[in-house]
Order: sequence, then structure tokens, then C-alpha cells
Amino acid sequence: MSRFSWTRFIAVLKKEFIHIRRDRASLIMAVAMPIGMLLLFGYAVNTDVEHLPAVVWDQSQTADSRDFITSVRNTQYLNPDNFVQGYTQIENYLDSGKARAALIIPPDFGKNLQGGKQANVQVLVDGSDPTVARAVMSAFQMLGLDKSLQLQSERLVAMGTVAGMSTPLNIETRVWYNPDMKSKVFNIPALIGLILQNVIAMLTSFAIVREKERGTMEQLIVTPIRSLELLLGKLLPFVFIGFVSLILILATGIFWFGVVPIGSIPLLVLLSTIFLFTILAIGLLISSVAKTQLQAMQMTFILILPSILLSGFIFPRETMPKLLVIMGGLLPLTYFLEIVRGIFLKGVGIEYLWQDTLTLCAFAVVLLAIAAKKFKKNLD
Amino acid sequence: MDLAIDCQGLVKRFGTYTAVQGVTFQLPPGAIMGFVGPNGAGKTTIIRMLCGVLVPTEGQATVLGYDVLTQPEEIKQRIGYMSQKFSLYDDLTVSENLDFYAGVYGLRGKMARAEKLRVIELIGLGERTPQLVSSLSGGWKQRVALACALLHNPQLLILDEPTAGVDPVSRRIFWDLIHLLSKEGMTVLVSTHYMDEAATCDYLGFVFYGRLIAVGSPEDMKKREGKDNLDDLFIYYVEHEASDDPRNLMIKKGGRG
Repeated sequence: MSRFSWTRFIAVLKKEFIHIRRDRASLIMAVAMPIGMLLLFGYAVNTDVEHLPAVVWDQSQTADSRDFITSVRNTQYLNPDNFVQGYTQIENYLDSGKARAALIIPPDFGKNLQGGKQANVQVLVDGSDPTVARAVMSAFQMLGLDKSLQLQSERLVAMGTVAGMSTPLNIETRVWYNPDMKSKVFNIPALIGLILQNVIAMLTSFAIVREKERGTMEQLIVTPIRSLELLLGKLLPFVFIGFVSLILILATGIFWFGVVPIGSIPLLVLLSTIFLFTILAIGLLISSVAKTQLQAMQMTFILILPSILLSGFIFPRETMPKLLVIMGGLLPLTYFLEIVRGIFLKGVGIEYLWQDTLTLCAFAVVLLAIAAKKFKKNLD
Repeated sequence: MDLAIDCQGLVKRFGTYTAVQGVTFQLPPGAIMGFVGPNGAGKTTIIRMLCGVLVPTEGQATVLGYDVLTQPEEIKQRIGYMSQKFSLYDDLTVSENLDFYAGVYGLRGKMARAEKLRVIELIGLGERTPQLVSSLSGGWKQRVALACALLHNPQLLILDEPTAGVDPVSRRIFWDLIHLLSKEGMTVLVSTHYMDEAATCDYLGFVFYGRLIAVGSPEDMKKREGKDNLDDLFIYYVEHEASDDPRNLMIKKGGRG
């Protein structure tokens, strides 16, 4: 064995630095990725549940009930900004996801409090996201306990004796949609979207890049084949593959994990197909921009991280800063998660999902149009 | 008879860089024309403009009577093209590659089968048809690529350095095929670095720095400049036309006779 040569070592070192300096993409990644990831994680990975939208049905309309609503707001967990009348409206808010919790104050709330009796409050919590639901429930428990103690001491001062043994304020919480608050019920439907996106986007993006890499694209350009014929011919097999994987994932979710959709399965399949087209369009777009399969893979990975962090896959979007909410809004997965969770957990129909569906359709059309424009059948 | 290729002042610029400037030539049907010239001289760019793949910045050209600017699809249906990369699908068999290109050229059913059999026999691919392309040697890949380019009975065959990186025997077999096709009336435009190949062409075009500096039959050109062989002629043109080419200095310094 010859000795370690510093000259040879330095030569390699120098060469590698030149490689890194010439490779702009890697350089940008080395600098921008850590900062970008820290910012993303720092803001999006926020397990504190704050300022969730809540809906209030105040049947009492007294100073006491308003006081109670204010103390709910002061917990910072909920924003009880929407006031409604009746259960139908509450259901609307919860089904559509416009509110994560509902506060129902009965007509006798003020009277009971003033009369030294036990006052009841009903709280409905959207349990589809167990983390959020648990936080909301514990917030209400604390609030109830705190309020009760405060009232009890007030009553003690006022009357010199505690009238009954019961707590003055009773908060009764009920969890909707996912009563057992199992996280797999929350996660499995979302995973369908995430897995479908990652697998299909990557496969599709390889399809055209491979032709470029092999040099067969040049040959195809010289033939009379039209862009549309080539694009559709390339896409259709992936529509088929995507459909098969969709059915496989769905079946595994239902039969293996026992997460059965409450809503309509045909609707789920139909809307998933629309999502599939959006994903294919993304793959196609990557394919027409990337020059090698490696680049295509890197681009797909760049898509995956924000999809996990910003789409509401793990963290509730309501608690994110405005900018991240907007960024999340640029991901088709965000809308599909609303759809798939809505159908799986809430059993809602198209009347609550049409907005998300239209957004997905818009994504598919716009992305396909851009991809088709980018993909020109000449080398200029 | 109409010309197979009629080029008038073709110019191609990529941004500020001029890859091809003012290329003018005519090619009668049934002839073989060879493009020779250093790497990066613009041979491939000229060929691509004639195939309708690149849009010329200036000038005009007709291929088989069709305008490259306005009728590129008409041209594409009537020419066979083959590049040095042998653009085949490695994971498909010879037969599957042929089927694919037959489909791309719009051949169906009986017609497709008949044409496939014809080229298999013509090129002598018979025993190779069930083989995966990835398992073929360079010479065989080259022949399969040629077969794919001939499926639709093109009137004009355009070959961009078809013999680069292929052994001499395969090159000989390949060129025998080219001459055979030419005898049957096919027009051939081919670029090459091999002077022995160039010598067998009916016409030669020397391409330097994006310009076509000399056109004619190999014999005429040698006579015109008083050279014995094409190698000398090639070097003479480099010395003459591109005195600032660094390779030129090397030649002079080496005192080559």
C-alpha cells in the first residue's frame, strides 16, 4: 500500500468543489433547502391548536352567556365568531369544515347561573382530526373547571353557603365524525391522496423524460406523430395504473385498516379520478421541464415535502400563518384531503364538496394546458 | 425531374450565435449526398432544418417539393431519419420496435405486416426479431434503426452520422445497403466523418463554421483543388477556410505534407 498522498487528495477535493460550484441546482438546494425547510417546519409544524373557527348558538342571549363566550375566546383555542340559530346551521358549519367546534348555550343558561343552579353548555367537536379535537376538549374541561370554581367562590361569598354539591357549570362535550378519536381514521383517507400523488406524479414524470434521455424523442419529432397523440398515448396507461393503485389503496384502507367511508364510495372514486388527472398533469409538467430522470425525481421530491406539511395532512391549516395557508392553497392535495376526509369521516356529499371539486378541475385544466404548451414537438 | 432537396440561403441562429449561415444547394432525386465537416460545423443543424424539426431563421427550402416552413408534417411522412444515437427502445424487441414505428407512420394491419416483412428481409434481420434491442451489438442496432426508418417507404433517407462508433465490417454492410437503396431510386442525405464513405457518394458538401463552402462530386472536387485524396482535400479546406482554427496551427506545426 502506498502512503496517503495529499496531492491526490487535494486534487479530488478541488475537483469536487468545482463540481458543486458548476452544479447550480445542487448549490441552490444546499443553501435554499435548509432555510426553506426550517421556515416550513418552524411555522407549519405547529402542534399548538389556536384560533380554530367555532360556531355559537346562544339561546340564552344574556350577559352571562356573552361573558361565557368571551372566556371561550380568551382561551385562544377557539374563535367563536359565527353565530347561528338551530342545529341545521351548526351541522352545515361542521360538515363543510367552516367550524371545528360548536358551542350551544341553552335558553335557561343565564337564569340557572343567577339562580344558583347548575347551568349546562353543550360543545360539539369535529373529531376528524384527533389532535385538534383533544386540544379543544381539554381546553373546555379547563375552562369549565375554572369557571365553576370562580362561580362557586362567588356564590360562597354571596350566600355564605354552597347551595348544592353539583358544579355550577357543566360543559358536556360530544365528538362528532370520529367519536373514538382514532388517528388512523384521520390519517388513512389522507394517505390515499398523498400516496397516489407521489407514486403517480413520479411515474408520469419519468415517462417523457425517459424518451429525452434515450434520444428517442428526437426520432419521434422527425416522425409525423402529433403532440396530442403522443401525450395521450403516454398518459392513458398511467390513468389506468393510477386507477388500479387507487382501488388497491382504497381496498387496503377499508379491509385491512378497517377505515370504512361513511359517505358514498362511487362519489369518492369519481372525485379521486379528477384528482388523478390533476396529478398526471403535474407529472407531465415536471416531465416537460426536466431534462433527465434524476431531475424529474428531484422535482417530485420538492413537491412531496410541502404536500405533507402544508396540505393539512398532519397539521390543521387553520392554525398556520396566512402565507403558509396561501402556499398550501396552491397544492391540489389540500383540496383532495378536504374531499376524501369529508366523504370518509363526515359522510358528506357533493353539496359540501363542490367547491373543492371545482378547484381540482381548475388545477387539472390549467396544469394540462401549461404542460401541453411546454411540450412542443420541435427542438427549438 | 423535380429536385429532392432545394435549399436557398438557409440561416439558423440560436440567440446571437449563428449555427448555419446561407446554405444553398440542390439535390436531384436518386442521388447520394454526403455532408462532411468538423464536429460542430452545423451539419446536424442543417439536417434538422430539412427534417422540419428546427425552424430556419432565414432562407427557404423545399424537401420533396414541400416547404420546410409551411409543410413540415408532409415532409415528415415522406422521409426516413436515423441519427447516430440509434433511437430505439432498449426494452423492446426488434419486432416490437418495428411495430411501434410502423404505427407512428400510420401503417395498419396487412399493410404494416407486409412492410415489416419487407424491411426485415431487406436488412436481413430475420433471426433477430424476437431479441431485445439492449442485447444487440452496435452494428445490429444500427441496422434495426435503419429498418425502422424504411418502414414507410420514404422517398428520401436522411442519416445523421449513422456509422459513428460502428466497426468497419458493419460499416461496409451498412453502406452496401445504402447503395442498394439508392439504386432502387431512393435519395439519400448522409453526414459522416469517414472519407472512405464520403468517396462513394454522388455528391459531397463540405460544411465549415455553419457554411457550405464546396459542393460537387468527389472527383470534381479533388480535381478542382488538385488533391489526390479526400483526406488532403479536407485538411486543405480547414487550412484555407479557417486559418484561426487552433487545429490548423497544430497541422502547420507538425509540418504535415
